[in-house]
Amino acid sequence: MRPAALLLALAPVAAFGQQIDRTQVPALEKPPALKLPTLERASLPNGVTLQLVQQHELPLVQVTLVIAGGTKLDARQPGLASFTTRMLTEGAGTRDANALQGELAFLGAQLFASAASDAFTISLNVPKRTLGEALDLLGDVVLRPTFRAADVRRQRDLRLASILQRRDNANVLASLAFSQAVFPAGHPYHQPTDGDSASTASLDSATVRAFYAQTFVPERAKFIIVGDVTVPEMRGLLARRFESWPRGTTARTMAAVTARPVANSAVKIYLVDKPNAAQSVIYLGAPGAERLSPDYPALMVMNTILGGSFSSRLMSNLRETKGYTYGITSRFSWAPLAGPFVISSSVRTGVTDSALVEVFKEVKMLRDLPVDATELERAKAYVALGVPQRFETIGQIAAQLVDLGTFSLPLASLGDFVAKVNQVTAADVQRVARQYLPAETATLVVVGDIAKIRAGIEALKLGSISVLDVQQVAR
Amino acid sequence: MRNLLLLAILVPALAAGQGPLRVPATVDTLPNGLTLIIHEDHSVPIVTTNVWFHVGSGDEKPGRTGFAHLFEHLMFMGSQNAPYPQFDRLLEAAGANNNGSTTEDRTNYYEEGPSTALPLMIWLEADRMGWLLPTMDAPKVDLQRDVVKNERRQSYENQPYGLVYDYLPKLMYPAGHPYNWPVIGSMTDLSAASLEDVKDFFRRYYAPNNATLVVAGDVKPDDVRALVRRYFADIPRGPALERPAPAPFTVKDTAITLEDRVQLPRLFMNWHTVKGWHADDAALEIASYVLTGSRTSRLTQALVYAGELATGVQAYQDGKRLDGDFMLVATARPGKGLDTLRTVIDAELAKLAAEGPTARELEEAKNATEASFLRGIQQVSGKADRLNAYYYQTGNPDSFQADLDRYKAVTAADVQRVVKQYLRASRVMASVVPQGKLDLAAKKGVIQ
Repeated sequence: MRPAALLLALAPVAAFGQQIDRTQVPALEKPPALKLPTLERASLPNGVTLQLVQQHELPLVQVTLVIAGGTKLDARQPGLASFTTRMLTEGAGTRDANALQGELAFLGAQLFASAASDAFTISLNVPKRTLGEALDLLGDVVLRPTFRAADVRRQRDLRLASILQRRDNANVLASLAFSQAVFPAGHPYHQPTDGDSASTASLDSATVRAFYAQTFVPERAKFIIVGDVTVPEMRGLLARRFESWPRGTTARTMAAVTARPVANSAVKIYLVDKPNAAQSVIYLGAPGAERLSPDYPALMVMNTILGGSFSSRLMSNLRETKGYTYGITSRFSWAPLAGPFVISSSVRTGVTDSALVEVFKEVKMLRDLPVDATELERAKAYVALGVPQRFETIGQIAAQLVDLGTFSLPLASLGDFVAKVNQVTAADVQRVARQYLPAETATLVVVGDIAKIRAGIEALKLGSISVLDVQQVAR
Repeated sequence: MRNLLLLAILVPALAAGQGPLRVPATVDTLPNGLTLIIHEDHSVPIVTTNVWFHVGSGDEKPGRTGFAHLFEHLMFMGSQNAPYPQFDRLLEAAGANNNGSTTEDRTNYYEEGPSTALPLMIWLEADRMGWLLPTMDAPKVDLQRDVVKNERRQSYENQPYGLVYDYLPKLMYPAGHPYNWPVIGSMTDLSAASLEDVKDFFRRYYAPNNATLVVAGDVKPDDVRALVRRYFADIPRGPALERPAPAPFTVKDTAITLEDRVQLPRLFMNWHTVKGWHADDAALEIASYVLTGSRTSRLTQALVYAGELATGVQAYQDGKRLDGDFMLVATARPGKGLDTLRTVIDAELAKLAAEGPTARELEEAKNATEASFLRGIQQVSGKADRLNAYYYQTGNPDSFQADLDRYKAVTAADVQRVVKQYLRASRVMASVVPQGKLDLAAKKGVIQ
């Protein structure tokens, strides 16, 4: 490799003198080694732990409270966890919903509460100068939500309206139909995290209050802080506001999931009708892999090659060679339980069947043939060297820590990840492609104009076809 | 956007707490007219390049719309020394990603990756600026034309409420105005583009004197200057370009109704306002915050919370380079019609025009804008794009504080005046209703 320093030293001469040789791709220096942020730890007097990364570039602070639990606790009433979390910011302490939101906006603060499959997350992003006042509000939101009946009813009505609007969006319909087909009732991924209209219609303040009391417990909580602060400073600010959080309550147990994803013995096709749709939305996939699988690094590389980057095989083929689509991607959803693996795209109605032929062809090729060295090295570099870009903003850093925490992985595991990605071989890629990429047992959902696409799909003889009703998919 | 995988849009906003907010940048101009802007930031070992070609859909001719955006795509299709598909492949092999976007006024192209990928980024950008045409042929144009048509289907035809964006430009701007058509163009015009049309458009607009290149991140400025000179210096200057200011006009009071395959009706209300950085631009943005910026904002309260008529409402001032408009969008709740929403909106606008915002509302708007401004400059990619935007708008890339000061200076009287002057005037209303539910549309109404 030609060192870049030499190249730069020659630059002025070349620029104003003779022609430079443009056919030569510039030689690149070795990329910088991964440098991870420094993580400090402490705990509050009541035992709640705190992780902190100092970032003094801008006067901003992000405080994220993570409470283990999440939507896996609401199996009996889909949407309850996410709705309860949403209600935290609709009135707390002495402030009603308007006063609370008005105060936050006045402080330049953003406060979001959400429920993921395995945790509740309440995150505050605030300019340093209003941190104290904003933490008062965070304390109220976490410890003293009001769940007034009128506020619960209003938010419930808004959520019912948004559930109704799922029917408008072909991507949403495809995603819902796919999850319902691949994960059986009783599995946490069967239902959307926001629930359905039936489970939402019965939400009231008593239900929400009971769920809150059993789930938002300090035993399962930790703070993740990133920004223009130090540990002693933050410890003091938080201790004062969270010392009264009562421990030892009866927490709702987190039962193990026993329901297994559906194992297809042949390709199963589900069609959802959207008369006159200009495009068909395709979702093709299967149950994926668990985040803690030892195959994780190889799967990331394999997916980059298949559909995880601009130069991926699916993009090159269906977008840049055939012109069937504006974009096609493939992805695993990483969670403690194996989430879905999905190849998704919107394709022109008239080429729906041709697009499916190409997608299956690409899947089979990755399973049948080893990738060449250039393509493999490119994918490895793209995955491994992309890691530092996850650490630019305080929100990104916090998100990385939350994500790693979900899997009890230390920050340093990202260094291991990079090392493991660099060790992935063509044989590894082929092995995980064979193991995880569906071909003969895939689940396929197509949302489009059935009158125009059905015959073409049938002619492919991929597998059995069922038609799903929009009202049933988005119910 | 070239693709939906990535998105990075920044909303300009308001003043920092202590001291002037600065993103120091140097400006150099090469003899061929290329402007180079460098910002050094060593906080993360990454670099971003961000090229703005000062060409957008506003530079297109009627009958040949969608070219600037089509070019956004063609610029990734290979050049003499980096034939397709090397652009993406080489960058990804260096751990970098890339994308582009097009507006009425400009097209940007950006890369982000490890700081060591910079020579590659510069070489690739230079090659497609100087040597794109030798490899441009009809099959490439045809192929990307198809991709763009798919993008249009995805963003308009197959997007709930998406078709309204086809109608608004021609109702808001008169024939002959550069903003009279949508950025993505029409299917007919995209089909009509010939290889020669495409080549002419490139020769005119994709020259160094019509471009600015920002390099931001973990770099040494002198190294960057040498590298950029090395690769860009012998790209010839293009023709001088002029953009005459469009003739003044008044929007005709209009109400249209479109049927769409949607569950809930949605109302779009648009007023002709002012271009970006006009004296009234910041006041209009503050007005949009007072109306819909937070939960306690006036329209959010009246429509979503107290009235329970809408599922949501948003407003924004869109001050472009040559002109601007203000858009308000509200979606009705199940069982509610759009005319009820219109009545409430008109009453709130009349009230704001009569009384102006409260001191607290004004301060909240300024604080929120300040905070979002700080959040927006955390990433080098965001800073790079702002540096390019500011250079285009003001001639000074580090106009962060100047931009903040515009908002700081807005008074309650300013907000009251701009609401009265612009948002109580003729407007274009579009009701998008579920099929067969024409009775849910808003009526034109009389503005008192």
